[in-house]
Amino acid sequence: MINWSLVVEMLPAFFSGLQMTLVLLVTSALAGLVLAVPLAVARSAHSRLARWPVFGFTYVIRGTPLLVQLFIIYYGLPQFGLIRNSTLWPLLRDPWFCAWLAFTLNTTAYTTEIFAGAIRTTPSGEIEAARAMGLSRAQVFRDVFWPGAWRRALPQYGNEVVQLMHATALASTVTIVEILRVGRDVYTNYLVLPESFGMAAVFYLALTVTITLIFRALERHFLRHLDPRSSATTVAAQQTGIQNVRA
Amino acid sequence: MPVLLEATDIRKRFGAHDVLRGIDLKAEKGDVISMIGASGSGKSTFLRCLNFLEHPTEGQIAFAGKPLACKRDRNGDQIVAEETELRAFRSRVTMVFQQFNLWSHMTARENVMLGPIRVHGRSRSEAGERADHYLTRVGVAHRRDAYPGFLSGGEQQRVAIARALAMEPELMLFDEPTSALDPELVGEVLRVMRNLAEEGRTMIVVTHEMNFARDVSNRVIFLDKGVIAEEGDPREVLRQPRTERLQGFLAAQAA
Repeated sequence: MINWSLVVEMLPAFFSGLQMTLVLLVTSALAGLVLAVPLAVARSAHSRLARWPVFGFTYVIRGTPLLVQLFIIYYGLPQFGLIRNSTLWPLLRDPWFCAWLAFTLNTTAYTTEIFAGAIRTTPSGEIEAARAMGLSRAQVFRDVFWPGAWRRALPQYGNEVVQLMHATALASTVTIVEILRVGRDVYTNYLVLPESFGMAAVFYLALTVTITLIFRALERHFLRHLDPRSSATTVAAQQTGIQNVRA
Repeated sequence: MPVLLEATDIRKRFGAHDVLRGIDLKAEKGDVISMIGASGSGKSTFLRCLNFLEHPTEGQIAFAGKPLACKRDRNGDQIVAEETELRAFRSRVTMVFQQFNLWSHMTARENVMLGPIRVHGRSRSEAGERADHYLTRVGVAHRRDAYPGFLSGGEQQRVAIARALAMEPELMLFDEPTSALDPELVGEVLRVMRNLAEEGRTMIVVTHEMNFARDVSNRVIFLDKGVIAEEGDPREVLRQPRTERLQGFLAAQAA
């Protein structure tokens, strides 16, 4: 049923598609992560002047389909002479950059909301205790505020990265040859399903599993304060070798 | 004894509500001062004004003879003008909270280490040794690698006391340190505080524990509706209350 020789023949193309998907995913996820931290802080600030513009941005981005955003950036922006004449034009002419920009804006909006939610649930007593001891605002941010918010946000953020990975398939609509585009090309040429879209699905599934495993490891590290086992062994127990007995 | 902390005419207004209506307090080195009063009398607010966690509307605070220069915040309340002066002051006057307020993503030991590392610039190993020392002092060294979420309330509060002690403060503020504890855990925390008092530490304690106020402190202050209604030697003040308010309060506590 499945034409295995075709599968093998197309593997190199799928792997180069995978590479493109990964580069898009990693660069936009990292950019989004870096941008979302200050935006989330502004989003949960007291000052309306700080809060409202960020809310406006995330609301518009979250309220419109990513495909529409991608098309506006790719097809829409070049219509303005101002943009064609700007120094950014060489970048905005490049489909890869347009896709990266759309994904980055999109994941920034969702990640900002995730982080802002985590910031809103910061126990105020923890901040107070740090300030009451003479820590500076920057130290409180680095040692108490952000580590706490990051840990609360982590499980949801993992889901966001998986969703972003799935969304990179949209890049195929602007001529970028990533996993889905490779699958589509195989389908167009051979009119077979498992060897084309089926293979693409397998690659996406494998990526999902990988990302999930990475985030599970991250959670084991960052959320060990929620794991009873990390707090169960006492110093006395370690010294008397109870751990060894259990092992 | 030299005066360590002097608060003069502390007032605090929340909107139209006068919570503190002019309170003076002088803490000499070695003093253990208990502040008692019904809930809503303003005792916690006053304590939090002493280290500017709450910004007093009026009043002055001097530490070791030096008044802290203040400016007005956005609400018109007082805040120490220089951030560096505020931080230096706070590092010498540490606080223990009713809800412990341990940093939940750090182990007990890391909680005690952070202040000395960040504020005093100690190395990790120095801070770790010091943390072990103070965790041993409060009797929770065996739990040093546990996270706060897995410590009992009494253990958490003792870690919080070790955290405050590790700053080697000149004055310790306790904001109802046993009020959030199950009754059977109150004793272990009070024992630690009694030991601290006995070694001559200067403490201001907001408390509902009348035995602690009577047996451990050398001065008791009874706050009522934002003013000091009665103060003095606890054995006299608590045994022979002069005001009707304190008589009523003590009767209610005993019941």
